[in-house]
Amino acid sequence: MTELICIVCPQGCHLKVDEENGYAVTGNGCPRGAEYGKVELTAPTRTVTSTVRCEGGAHPRCPVKTDRPVPKGSIFEVMAALEGVTLAAPVKVGQMVIENVCGTGANVVATRDLPSV
Amino acid sequence: MYELIVIGGGPAGLAAACAAWEKGLRKILIVERDQELGGILNQCIHNGFGLHHFKEELTGPEYAGRFIELLKQTGVEVRLDTMALDVVPEESGASVHMVGKSAGYRIEQTRAVILAMGCRERTRGAIGIPGTRPAGVFTAGAAQRYVNMEGWMPGSRVVILGSGDIGLIMARRMTLEGAKVLACVEVMPYSGGLNRNIVQCLHDYDIPLYLSHTVTDIRGKNRVEQVVVSKVDERRNPIPGTEMVFDCDTLLLSVGLIPENELSRQAGVEIDPRTNGPVVWQDMETSLPGVFACGNVAHVHDLVDFVTEESRRAGESAADYVQNRRWAEGKTVLTGDTRIIRIKNGDGVTYTLPQQIEPERVEKACTVAFRVNRICGPSRIVVTDGAGQRIAAFNRDRLAPGEMERIALPRVLLDRIVGDVTVSVAEKEAEPA
Repeated sequence: MTELICIVCPQGCHLKVDEENGYAVTGNGCPRGAEYGKVELTAPTRTVTSTVRCEGGAHPRCPVKTDRPVPKGSIFEVMAALEGVTLAAPVKVGQMVIENVCGTGANVVATRDLPSV
Repeated sequence: MYELIVIGGGPAGLAAACAAWEKGLRKILIVERDQELGGILNQCIHNGFGLHHFKEELTGPEYAGRFIELLKQTGVEVRLDTMALDVVPEESGASVHMVGKSAGYRIEQTRAVILAMGCRERTRGAIGIPGTRPAGVFTAGAAQRYVNMEGWMPGSRVVILGSGDIGLIMARRMTLEGAKVLACVEVMPYSGGLNRNIVQCLHDYDIPLYLSHTVTDIRGKNRVEQVVVSKVDERRNPIPGTEMVFDCDTLLLSVGLIPENELSRQAGVEIDPRTNGPVVWQDMETSLPGVFACGNVAHVHDLVDFVTEESRRAGESAADYVQNRRWAEGKTVLTGDTRIIRIKNGDGVTYTLPQQIEPERVEKACTVAFRVNRICGPSRIVVTDGAGQRIAAFNRDRLAPGEMERIALPRVLLDRIVGDVTVSVAEKEAEPA
C-alpha cells in the first residue's frame, strides 16, 4: 500500500494505492485520481511546460507545453530538445513546435499567440 | 460617457468585462497598464488552470488567451499602456483619471467602476530579513517574469524563502532551466502552497522543504554569496545554534501577496484589514455605490477559476447597477429598513468574503469564501447567527490555510438569520475504531 497526493487537479486528494490488488486506488475524488494512482506507481508521467526562443515577436520567449504527459524520466531530455528551437513570430496558440518530441509520442505546441512587432 | 470602466486587464478584469457585455452593457472600457491583456497569467506558463471553468487543463497563457479571444468578439474598448491614476466618485457615477503613452492624460466619466488591479508581492523589506544588500534577491514573481517572458536567468544556485505556490512553481522552473535549487524554506510548520505543487515541484526534483525555518542572514558584497537558514520556535523566533549556511547566488522570496488597493483607498473605499481588500457585498459592490471589486484586489486567490467566477459576478452586478438606474438613487443605497447580515470570523477562520450580505438582493444563494488559520483533518464548518442558532453545517475531510474554502448559503437560510452570522471551523474528534 502506497500513499500518494494526487496532482491531477488542485484538490490534491490523498490516495492510497494497493499494489498487490491490481493498483486499486482509494481516497480519490474522481476517476482521474484512480488513473493517476495507477500510472504514478507503474510508469509516472508529467506534462512539461517551458519556453523557446522567438524572434520578431513582442517577447523574446514563447511559452510551450507537451500536448500530453511524457515519461517522468525524459523531462530533461525534452528540455534539452527545446533549447535547439527558435520560432519566428507571428506564433499562434496550438502551433506545432516539435513533433513527437524525443520519441515520447507527445508534441510540443505553443501556448500563446505571439504577434510580430 | 462610459457605462463601465474596468481597471486592470488580467483574469479578473477580462471576465468582469465579458460578463457585463453579455448582460447588455455596450459602453465598456478596460484600462491596462501593461502592453498586452492577460495580466500575471502571461508569465504563469505552467499548467493546472481552467479545470473548473473550462473542464480542461490549460497553461496560464492559454487561459488568458481564451478570455482575450472572447473579448475580441465584443465591442469592449481596451486602452493598453495606460495607467489609472485616480477614481473620483461623483453624484451619479465616477470619473477615472488615466495616463497613457499615446493618449496622454485623460479623464473619463462612467456610471460604474470595477476595480480589478490584482495584487503585489511582499518584498524583503516587508519581512525585514537581516544582512547585507547585494544583488541576487528577487521576489519569485519577478524572477518568473525574467525567466518565462524576458529570457533571463536570475542565478544558478538558488534558495527559496516561502512555500507559497509561486515559490514552489519557481523551484521547479529554475531546476528545469539548469539552476540548482538548494532548499525551499518555510517559517510556518506547514506549506502555504497546494499539495500537488509540493509533489510535482519539490518531490519530483528532490528539493528539500524546511518547515519551521527562516532566513536569518544574507551575506555577500555585490552579489549574494551565502544565505543562513535557522530553525524557528513556536513563536517563529530563530533558535540559536540551528544555523545552516547555503552557498548560493540567488534568494527568491515567495512570502505573500498583498491586494493592490492604492486606487481603492484614494477613492474612499472601505478596506477590510483581514483581506487588505475592499469590504464587499454579495454582488461584489464595495462601500461606494457603483464601485465593484473582484479577483486578487478583493482577496488573494489560489485558483484563477474562482477569480473568473467571482469577476463574472462583479461584471453582472455592475450591469444590473447601470441598467436598473441604481446610480440615480444617489449615494446611499441602503435605507434604514434594509436588512444587513455581517459575516464574522469564528474559531479557526481568518476572513470571509463577502463581508456583508443584503438578503433581499440574493436570488438563490450566496457563496461565502473564507480561509482557515491552520491545517485541519476531518472538520465541520458551522454557520451560527446572532441568536446562537446553527444555520448551516458543512463537512470537509481536510482544510488548509493555502486552500480557499467556499460554502453556499441559500436564500431560505439567509431569511431565517437573526443578527449577524459567524463562520467557524471545528475539527471532528477521531472516531473510536
